[in-house]
Amino acid sequence: MATTTVNQNASLASIIERRRESILAEWLREMSGATRRSDLMKESELQGQCGQFLDLLARASGTGTNVQAAAYEPLREMLLDISRVRVQKGFTPRETAMFVFSIKRPLFTAIREAHGKDPVAMAEQMWSTTELLDSLGLYTTEAYLKSREEVIRRQQEDMLELSTPVVKLWEGILALPLIGTLDSARTQVVMESLLEAIVQTNSRVAIIDITGVPTVDTVVAQHLLKTVTAARLMGADCIISGVRPQIAQTIVHLGINLLDVTTKATLSDAFGLAMHRSGFSFIRSDKKEKRDN
Amino acid sequence: MERIPILRMGEYLLVTIQVDMHDRLAMTLQDDLTNRISETGAKGVLIDISSLEIVDSFIGRMLGNIASMSRVLDADTVVVGMRPAVAITLVELGMSLTGVRTALNVDAGMDLLRNSLDARKDALYGSRIQ
Repeated sequence: MATTTVNQNASLASIIERRRESILAEWLREMSGATRRSDLMKESELQGQCGQFLDLLARASGTGTNVQAAAYEPLREMLLDISRVRVQKGFTPRETAMFVFSIKRPLFTAIREAHGKDPVAMAEQMWSTTELLDSLGLYTTEAYLKSREEVIRRQQEDMLELSTPVVKLWEGILALPLIGTLDSARTQVVMESLLEAIVQTNSRVAIIDITGVPTVDTVVAQHLLKTVTAARLMGADCIISGVRPQIAQTIVHLGINLLDVTTKATLSDAFGLAMHRSGFSFIRSDKKEKRDN
Repeated sequence: MERIPILRMGEYLLVTIQVDMHDRLAMTLQDDLTNRISETGAKGVLIDISSLEIVDSFIGRMLGNIASMSRVLDADTVVVGMRPAVAITLVELGMSLTGVRTALNVDAGMDLLRNSLDARKDALYGSRIQ
């Protein structure tokens, strides 16, 4: 049985080789319908990709239909490359997969003409070719998704890094403006960077501003309390600022105890308190001058 | 046997933990410190743990205990220089060390002790002097 498969595939390779030009032309015409994006990719580039695909397919199909086999390595690599480029250019998954699937019609036409008088051999070869092309198409889609996931993961990591800046407001006063939802992983990063900054700058007061935190549930409150407690253990006071009315209501309804933590409505209130605690005071000079004049 | 030195500085006692704490060492420190407080009549204890890198729940509880015992013996306790990693560990273990006062460094800790001693003296003698 295995030998017949090999024979059939060898004939697939020979069919492709014999009718390369007509298959290629028909394939390109097939793709020029809904799935070709002339705005994203040049005609000549696509033509090059198609030609390369056909050559690699002809070479690999001689060894069997197992796409994971070593003979298919160059073909797989090429599809991976195509998927990655198409993710960056903004193709949809459908458009990317159709690159492989749209070869079916021209290839089947060629097979039909080659096996004109033997319907059994034709059906068998069509089946094996369908299987082969399907698995190649699925592989392309998988590669497409993988490239996408990579992009998402990298962006997530970037966001994690970017979203936890610790800023020094005054000598001995730090602020940590939080933006976005707090989950366990982010809180860990926030906590660590705040505590490190406290040690580095020798700050006695840290203000955690939650103006940019959309919702505070029990988990988020727990994380905030942990951060405050850890800072206290190191000898720094924490003030939570930017508590919106909605969040204040939620906190009370959830029965979260924030009594041990100083909370302020705005960052400026918190900053005023921090200055007072550190022994600084402000004098507004321009007002006094006006009164003197 | 290994011991952690307790230094006397006027009315205060200074403990600097420079080695990794193990349970027996912690118990010895607790004994020594309470003895020294009652011997010297110290009014404040400063424990510097800035070199302490590893902490477990036992050491955490011991720090809390020492603070409570000093309180009973009429001395304030300040723990200074806790590292971020240690602080996070203690919080994750659920030990917030309530009742223990903390400061960033020895300087800040001594300020804290002096201020609280002054406040105690004021409360005790202030009205009589006036």
